[in-house]
Amino acid sequence: MSALLPLAQLEIRSRRGGTCESEDGFCPDWIADNLDRYVSPLLEHVVLTVASVGIGFAIAFALALLAHRREWVSAPVGALTSVLFTIPSVAAFLLLVPLTGLGVLTAIIALVAYTQVFLFRNIVNGLSNVAEETKDAARGMGLTDRQVLWRVELPLAVPEILAGVRIATVTTVNLATLAFFAGAGGLGAQIYTDITFRSNVVVAGGLAILLAAAFDLMVLGGQRLATPWRRATAA
Amino acid sequence: MAARDGGVTDLATGGPFAANAFVEAIQFLVAPRESVTGGVQVGGVDEMLTLTANHLLLSFAALAIACVVALPLGLWLGHIGKGEFLAISASNVGRAVPTLALIAFFIAFVGIGFLNVLVALTLLAIPPLLTNTYVGVRGVDRDAVDAARGMGMSEPQIVRRVELPMSVRSVFGGLQLSAISVVATAILGPLASVETLGTPIVSVNVYGQPGLLGASILVAALAILIYVLLAVAQRGLTPRGLKAGRSDAPGILRRIPFLQRQGSAQPT
Amino acid sequence: MGQSRDLHIFDDAAGRAYPREVTAPQTSPNSEAVRPRPQAATLEFRSATKRYPGQEDAAVDGLSLTVPAGEICVLVGPSGCGKTTAMRMVNRMIEITEGDILLDDRSVRDRAPAELRREIGYAIQQIGLFPHLTVAANVAVVPRLLGWDRDRIEARVRELLELVSLEEGTAERYPAQLSGGQRQRVGVARALAADPPLMLMDEPFGAIDPINRERLQNEFLRLQAEIRKTVVFVTHDIDEAIKMGDRIAVLRAGGRLAQYASPAELLMYPADEFVEDFVGADRALKRLALQRVRDIDLWSAATVRSGEPVDEARRKIAEADIDMPVLVDDHGRPQGWLSERGFAGERVRPELRSRAEPLVELDDVLRDALADLIESEVHYSPVVDSGGRLAGVLSLEVISQTLHVPPERARTGPQLVDPAPGEDDAVSAEVEPA
Repeated sequence: MSALLPLAQLEIRSRRGGTCESEDGFCPDWIADNLDRYVSPLLEHVVLTVASVGIGFAIAFALALLAHRREWVSAPVGALTSVLFTIPSVAAFLLLVPLTGLGVLTAIIALVAYTQVFLFRNIVNGLSNVAEETKDAARGMGLTDRQVLWRVELPLAVPEILAGVRIATVTTVNLATLAFFAGAGGLGAQIYTDITFRSNVVVAGGLAILLAAAFDLMVLGGQRLATPWRRATAA
Repeated sequence: MAARDGGVTDLATGGPFAANAFVEAIQFLVAPRESVTGGVQVGGVDEMLTLTANHLLLSFAALAIACVVALPLGLWLGHIGKGEFLAISASNVGRAVPTLALIAFFIAFVGIGFLNVLVALTLLAIPPLLTNTYVGVRGVDRDAVDAARGMGMSEPQIVRRVELPMSVRSVFGGLQLSAISVVATAILGPLASVETLGTPIVSVNVYGQPGLLGASILVAALAILIYVLLAVAQRGLTPRGLKAGRSDAPGILRRIPFLQRQGSAQPT
Repeated sequence: MGQSRDLHIFDDAAGRAYPREVTAPQTSPNSEAVRPRPQAATLEFRSATKRYPGQEDAAVDGLSLTVPAGEICVLVGPSGCGKTTAMRMVNRMIEITEGDILLDDRSVRDRAPAELRREIGYAIQQIGLFPHLTVAANVAVVPRLLGWDRDRIEARVRELLELVSLEEGTAERYPAQLSGGQRQRVGVARALAADPPLMLMDEPFGAIDPINRERLQNEFLRLQAEIRKTVVFVTHDIDEAIKMGDRIAVLRAGGRLAQYASPAELLMYPADEFVEDFVGADRALKRLALQRVRDIDLWSAATVRSGEPVDEARRKIAEADIDMPVLVDDHGRPQGWLSERGFAGERVRPELRSRAEPLVELDDVLRDALADLIESEVHYSPVVDSGGRLAGVLSLEVISQTLHVPPERARTGPQLVDPAPGEDDAVSAEVEPA
């Protein structure tokens, strides 16, 4: 049974050192010496985020295309994503453990569910916000429905879709700090194991924030590259 | 759910247990039992009610303070049309700071206890409220505001009678987001010695697996309930004229024009 | 003279001005000799009907008409008359309920919609340019769908942008960087990209301000004189219909055809009260814009040269429609109206009553000529041919006869042209209508 208790799996590492460490202080020297212990949690965090957003995007994309074709799908799926997002992540991770076991898979399942609220909605909105006259012109010129979707609607929805990806990614980095409740490690596990030690909290928490910012900038950069027409203003 | 055939195999232990785990979790919520460590009675309706009450008290207090701070600020900034960067960045920054890191910063640098956790949760609740209030007010038809001014309304009257009612939908969207994240983060309260529904989760060595799952079920139900109640309240407070033609999708869904797509054929 | 003012005139490549109604038949033999005849299709509506489920009245009810290849057919009518629906049935953006539409004798219902649409140019009021594509890429959409190779597409894009008078640099810009008029031109270029035999245009200039609309209309007519496509043009504006159409189909509510005729016929013989109301009370004036001076029977005047025997001059005056002789130079170019004093001796002396103004040309539209007459406050105006020689005399009476103005409207006519008192009184007083 003990394997079911994720917190029991956390590896408590003793910290040895001078007074700064023993007084839970903020110790630059300790940080410099112990940076390596944050490497694998950081990598775990990156994997959790990328995998969740990637899988989440694939699912949301498929659902959104379905909703785009069959409008009645939108409302129930949208409502479902809202409700899923409402469930506190700690509870979601823990409730999934008896079903899918401890580990990265469980964490990813929950994180994927959380991305849907942003991804599904933004893809659907992006597609339906394409101006009616643009679609009409496309059809009138002889584009098939599939061509209208891939050559007109999707490219024009890119800004809104990637806006969804940005929010989903940053939110996932945030929520993944609690993925250790599903036994999936990450930077959160590092924070949790030594939550009173300032050096540890600053480094692990700071890395999580930096990671979120880095992902955000990456998607933003991708968005600018993918939508050159948005920068073109009336001359 | 997937508990037919006697449950799903546990990846870690290899034993079937899932159905049992949830049954036990429910039992934990209704009937006290001896703790894992022995000697103490844990679980049962009484303790759960106490923890739920604590959880709600902490959450509501944080939300109330956040409202007091963020609503006037958001309304004011939105009304004068300034501070967009502040109002929008607030929720971007808020999203990027992990809730666990926020709690941990408070524990490590400020201290433990109800007040500290309350402050942390308030900080968490402010950004969505601020951003959504600002966006809601900015989204009010400027012609309507202009007309109100032209009819001789004072600026505070414009905010109260025109901008606030017309941005109810957006404000409540923010309130829902804030409420969700406060209720979820209050689970971490026990780390700072504040008893909440997170107690059986954090102190799993005392409460055991059923306590952990039972508390999870309870807190998930609580979050959904609060979300739904806010959605109902929003519907009640939204001026009737703004509801016309909107979908009946719940909560933040409503801000998105899901059901407003038109058909392609538009005969003259 | 007044050409540049006229709303219904456009300039051709040589800079001449003439109304298009008469131009089209005239230029086609020439243009055929110069360039290969571009493809154009014949379009036929055969009792085409559109009914929407749950609606009692048809949107388009048994529409039958034929648009000959290379002509512009304007569908016009009040809102809700089904004109857009009728147009959209052609490329199957809206499916036909009953009846048929044939493109070069082939039913559009037998064609796959997407394939059919690639062969039909499509321009709409909102233009619908793709904001994420450059101008060049927008124009290249259909050629790409048709699998043209890169060089051909590039050449075609360059050709089209030139054709619609867009600068070279426009090609790489995005729609957001263009003015409304430029966007509309790109829309037309895009519709023409694959050289379609048929163009559908739904109020293509509707969203443009009046001055630019005017210009775009003229440009399109100039273009059409060159490319000679079959065009179905939808508008709610009767003036635009008269200006743009070789033929006009007036539709009434319920999608029923009220009249299908040439602009002149429509103005002269409205089929019923609805059409009469729709074309407006000023239809007589509108018709003036459709006719040129050469199209009507002018009066003749005696042409007298200086030094000519007076007897001979008087004989010529007696034969002419009006008794006012025109003094012409050796090349037959009018110098002015000859005064009685010029006949004092045996030979005609160049004594002018007044100068030969306003001078009207045979190619002028009647509307301009009338404006000149009114502005100059005279009853008569000499008309010259392209060589400047006198071809006849235009008068308010001539124009009035041309119009066959109904009696109740004729009364307002003369008031318009009552000569103001002044130096021309003497001239007017001597004039007797033939």
